[in-house]
Amino acid sequence: MTTLHDRVRSSLYGARRWHPVEFIFWALALASFWLFPRHLLLMNEIAILALFALSLDLILGYAGIVSLGHAAFLGLGAYAAGLLAKHGIGDPLIGLLFAMIVSAVAGLLASPLVVKGNDLTRLMVTLGVALILHEVANSWASLTGGADGLQGITITPVLGLFQFDLFGKTAYLYSLSVVFVLFLVARRLVHSPFGLSLRAIRDNVLRASASGVPPSRRLAAIYTIAAAYAGAAGALMAQTTQFVSLDVLDFHRSADVMLVLIIGGPGYLYGGMIGAVVFKFLQDTIAAFTPQYWMFWIGLFLVLFVLKGRSLVHGGIASLLKHFPGLRMRKTP
Amino acid sequence: MHDLLRLNQLSAGYGEAIVLFDISLSLKQGRALALLGRNGVGKTTLVNTIIGVTRQRTGTIHFAGQDLTRVIPETRAQAGIGWVPQERNIFKSLTVVENLTAVARPGPWTVTRVFDMFPRLAERKNNLGNQLSGGEQQMLAIGRALMLNPKLLLLDEPTEGLAPIIVEELLRALQRLFREEGLSAIVIEQHARKILEMTDDAIVLERGRIVMAETSASLLAHPEKLEHHLGLSTAG
Repeated sequence: MTTLHDRVRSSLYGARRWHPVEFIFWALALASFWLFPRHLLLMNEIAILALFALSLDLILGYAGIVSLGHAAFLGLGAYAAGLLAKHGIGDPLIGLLFAMIVSAVAGLLASPLVVKGNDLTRLMVTLGVALILHEVANSWASLTGGADGLQGITITPVLGLFQFDLFGKTAYLYSLSVVFVLFLVARRLVHSPFGLSLRAIRDNVLRASASGVPPSRRLAAIYTIAAAYAGAAGALMAQTTQFVSLDVLDFHRSADVMLVLIIGGPGYLYGGMIGAVVFKFLQDTIAAFTPQYWMFWIGLFLVLFVLKGRSLVHGGIASLLKHFPGLRMRKTP
Repeated sequence: MHDLLRLNQLSAGYGEAIVLFDISLSLKQGRALALLGRNGVGKTTLVNTIIGVTRQRTGTIHFAGQDLTRVIPETRAQAGIGWVPQERNIFKSLTVVENLTAVARPGPWTVTRVFDMFPRLAERKNNLGNQLSGGEQQMLAIGRALMLNPKLLLLDEPTEGLAPIIVEELLRALQRLFREEGLSAIVIEQHARKILEMTDDAIVLERGRIVMAETSASLLAHPEKLEHHLGLSTAG
């Protein structure tokens, strides 16, 4: 006979269990390697953008921290991994770890500016930090290469076995593996009491505080973790292209990732991944159709999507979840 | 028994407005205190001041041997003060189980124990906070405060706006908490007589000041005192 204790555990851990749809999602991501062998470079970009969006989802979707300068950590990670490789440590995993640490430290240092204040303050502070870093990277040309970019990056084979190639075979599998591992960690994190307390803070910060949850420390912690994730995305970018330009710190990176998350929907981890696929697919398709004006069409699509399409798509997903409650992946309202 | 909570010459309010004047009281471990008074006399402000969400002007707050006068709400909660506010403030994007788990601190109160006290919550364990009825939300608010494993529970009109059958259920649960579990509590309640039956002491506030401090049994034995301060309708 099932005891009350068992039912509580089952309820609490139910959301942590993997749903078949999730297995299919990741199987498809892996199968894409064989299904679309000519598009591996594009898929690598999608994987990196998905990781970057996952990073933003951790702070925006779960903790309610809005950011218009998340590219700061992407760029820091890219430069950290690139510089490490340029100066003789080309092992991709060491570079990845180093980039995550550098970005995490930057996130921790910036967190006091972000956790206090309202949304507008956060928008301005995050944007400001990213602009400052962009200018520092631009001015410090002796270290970063300035406007010419960081060149001379040499990455050694992954695990000493898999050399990066021109077609993106190793790049895609490497990026996908990193995204998957970091996704597993994020998934565990958001379903832990720590993750629940973040959503409690997002719902009602005063109530959470009066319940013994320390909002400032929790928000600083998730901001630091998200910065590390963004740093990992930057490292993947630097390692798989073996080049870092000022573009990684540009405002459009922060704006793009926000759009990606809006397209996929924040607060359930898969939103950034789905958004990354849609965004890159649109970008690629429209650019092929009209190379000069692709930004116009993407802009128009996004305006229409935000005005109408989002409610249709997300309403459709909600309807699906209503009819098949087992599909629910803790999508927050 | 030693004093669990001691307020000394406390004045507090919101912004520039002062609502409480020169409040001094003490609550011993294991005792429950009824906080009575007409609407607008400062009962909620007193509870909010103890948890630290008002602007305190003068006086001190000592709790379990610690001076909490200048500390933030999260530290007061961590020290063992559980708060059930009038508005309930359920975390709407969390399920019942998650609401309880998000704030849990080590101690005898667990999710299972809360469900044992409020079986209705167990039935709704996977529902989001905003999908619950008013009574269920109140049970969840109390359960969530218990998950802190508090030494002191502050309850601000826990039965307000609820159906009589739910009020009975909640009062039974509170009686169990005070009498069987020996939990210290301060309760604001409109049903004065009902709450006096389950508390040890009572104070009456008027215009932000304590005008009467008696044992609950004494007030029950002399209802004319209650009627004098609260009026017949509120004393019932």
